[in-house]
Amino acid sequence: MPQGRLEAGVAAGRLAPEEYASNFADLHPPLDGHEARVAADRCYFCYDAPCVTACPTGIDIPLFIRQIATGNTLGSARTIFDQNILGGMCARVCPTETLCEQACVRETAEGKPVEIGRLQRFATDAAMAAGKQFYARAERSGKLVAVVGAGPAGLACAHRLAMHGHEVTVFDARPKAGGLNEYGIAAYKTVDGFAQAEVDYVTAIGGINIEYGKALGTDIDLAGLCASYDAVFLGMGLGGVNALGAEGDDAAGVADAVDWIAGLRQAADLASVPVGRRVVVIGGGMTAIDAAVQAKLLGAEEVTICYRRGQENMNASGFEQDLAASKGVTIRHWLQPKRVLAEGGRVTGIELEYTAMRDGRLAGTGETLTLAADQVFRAIGQSFVADPLAGAVALEKGRIKVDAEGRTSMPKVWAGGDCVAGGDDLTVSAVAAGRDAAESIHRALS
Amino acid sequence: MADIRSDFVGIKSPNPFWLASAPPTDKEYNVVRAFKAGWGGVVWKTLGLDPHIVNVNGPRYGAVWGADRRLLGLNNIELITDRPLQVNLDEIKRVKRDWPDRAVVVSLMVPCEEACWADIMKQVEDTGADGVELNFGCPHGMSERGMGSAVGQVPEYIEMVTRWVKASSRMPVIVKLTPNITDIRYPARAAKQGGADAVSLINTVSSITSVDLDSFSPEPSIDGKGSHGGYCGPAVKPIALNMVADIARDPETRGLPISGIGGVTTWRDAAEFMALGAGNVQVCTAAMTYGFKIVEEMIAGLENWMDEKGHADLASFTGRAVPNVTDWQFLNLNYVSKARIDQDSCIKCGRCHIACEDTSHQAITSTVDGVRRFEVIEEECVGCNLCVNVCPVDGCITMVPLAAGEVDKRTGRTVSAEYANWTTHPNNPSAAAAE
Repeated sequence: MPQGRLEAGVAAGRLAPEEYASNFADLHPPLDGHEARVAADRCYFCYDAPCVTACPTGIDIPLFIRQIATGNTLGSARTIFDQNILGGMCARVCPTETLCEQACVRETAEGKPVEIGRLQRFATDAAMAAGKQFYARAERSGKLVAVVGAGPAGLACAHRLAMHGHEVTVFDARPKAGGLNEYGIAAYKTVDGFAQAEVDYVTAIGGINIEYGKALGTDIDLAGLCASYDAVFLGMGLGGVNALGAEGDDAAGVADAVDWIAGLRQAADLASVPVGRRVVVIGGGMTAIDAAVQAKLLGAEEVTICYRRGQENMNASGFEQDLAASKGVTIRHWLQPKRVLAEGGRVTGIELEYTAMRDGRLAGTGETLTLAADQVFRAIGQSFVADPLAGAVALEKGRIKVDAEGRTSMPKVWAGGDCVAGGDDLTVSAVAAGRDAAESIHRALS
Repeated sequence: MADIRSDFVGIKSPNPFWLASAPPTDKEYNVVRAFKAGWGGVVWKTLGLDPHIVNVNGPRYGAVWGADRRLLGLNNIELITDRPLQVNLDEIKRVKRDWPDRAVVVSLMVPCEEACWADIMKQVEDTGADGVELNFGCPHGMSERGMGSAVGQVPEYIEMVTRWVKASSRMPVIVKLTPNITDIRYPARAAKQGGADAVSLINTVSSITSVDLDSFSPEPSIDGKGSHGGYCGPAVKPIALNMVADIARDPETRGLPISGIGGVTTWRDAAEFMALGAGNVQVCTAAMTYGFKIVEEMIAGLENWMDEKGHADLASFTGRAVPNVTDWQFLNLNYVSKARIDQDSCIKCGRCHIACEDTSHQAITSTVDGVRRFEVIEEECVGCNLCVNVCPVDGCITMVPLAAGEVDKRTGRTVSAEYANWTTHPNNPSAAAAE
């Protein structure tokens, strides 16, 4: 056992190098050619297929699977990219168990859906490995479009706009493009620098210039963009993290899960990422799972997710919950944080209060439980930071209000992805929103 | 317990499952393995005259696959045995001596000269084999030399050679027929005319399984060229069943024993061949795909079905389907059926809908009250059965006959209990006037 495993407090290097490599290997290894053929043969080529209806980007799934089955793998990739230029990442991170694969008739028939996600990866990986670009730019329109945020929505929007012949400038606050694909997704879902490879693949169409380190509200502003560009697409995601609402959460060792994950994703060496011996994650969504599982994989001895409601209310999918359990994460329900315990300014534990539904409302029961912890992650949701918009764009429930085409209340300004009201916070939905907004922008500019 | 012992033209075997004359029966080693596995008999791979023929030294087989690369059809360009005649004869003699309860029939193919046939018959007789099968079927290679299907395609030759063979020996003679003809009844009649004790069919179907789209060579490809092969396996079973039935119900050949061949893969296939008049069955592709062990499934399955249905022996169901094979003109036009979809087993793939909508009669919904749901529209359903055939769930869609007195919602007519066929239909210009 490596020496660091039982080291108290928050420490890096708890594991041996080969353990990091094996713990953070591809969660779903790619299908090889034979596996893909066998998996593809299970597709029934349904009429008006339920999987397509369930896909936010509406990929023609039966067609792309039939193309794999008939040996036309590149054609299959094109079918996917036609609808979703980030089909490679979506194949890795989509909660297929609640989307296409849940809708698959073979899930109905046998409880075992066609492996749509893995097949999609098979096809898109093949095209990307071959460096095959399917789209050429239309005749130059001379129109300039600004895209704010180089995440899934922004990239999908930029690609479609470039395809239609417009010149796109993408502004991103961070030093790399990709958004959550680069900074947020759990490392074992997107190994070997895939997020950056995909950015390169998407931008290879040309006509897309990315400016890094340019944040809306500090380095650029909406009025200026509107003055210099023919259209603007806002796809900056969610910048805020909801507070814990527990006393003492400023102690050292308490952190936002998204920040910690971003640090992990950018670490050159996972052995350099510090993790507590005992970790508590507060929340019940995908971020909570991602933080908890990665903490465990970094060598934390005990990792506990505490969620204030029941299992049925968790936003994390059943698959994700099972994944966490399989990695040794404990998920506890009906517990809400009450007080962070600290010694010398460092977290030592967290006091939680049991909860229950009373008269249709969640309420603390007064009974408490204390868990020892040297690291506590907040993962109770993210929020949109509207300040950079300076009130120029109408909001709805704290996020940008858009119509069915992605138009905001402000002329020349579209928006899509997590920053928009009514979204479901999925990569694939952000791609759909970016793509559709691009089509709307194109119509407006034509 | 059902008795599945078989007596085919006096050749006894513990079960009706024989291995057909083909690669699996080319030599003692394989045949002994087959008998150990439980096969009732073998037809030894076709013997010819010395010097023995040679085979290509490249691929001999091509294939057609279904989902999950399941082998549906196999095509071969292998010729008859490529071992010296005496080697085969010695092995046959030994095998028959060691396995006296199993059927050992020897397939033969020699030039159309009486002396050739008389000579080889004598040699086979000396092995103690139970009978011979005249290979008038192979469509590839040997046919170019005037043998195999080149004989089977000319009824006069069939009759002539069969007569020679019968005259030269007291052994039972089975004539193996080629399906590469327009009407199987003619060669069957010729075989009977020549004195054959039985016919066996089908031999393989002339075929090219595929083309290599890089080299543009047919498969199997020999140095960039391909030659048609003989097609067999599950894909040819319907063709074989039809030909077996044709012979079984032809007044001129009725009662002529038939050994059924063509895609027999399971006990069910065997029972179907026998129901259509075959006295036993011969198997090749299934064994070549899965090995000899499959005979265990065939034996157990057949026994189980016979026990369930109360068939004490093979004779009690052999030929039972023959009277039900008729000509189209005699089918009951007053029989009306409608598809019915069991909503509990429907998985909502929609294939029934799109098949009906695009290619048939627009008789299946895709949505009902805005919900994805597949229901038969009886006003449109002609009862064609396409939906049953494309449905991936066995038993989900069934064809339900309307009882006499019910109204067919498509035609508005009340279903009649009377039988009425095309021969008397008013739309038939040749119809006999109703009395």
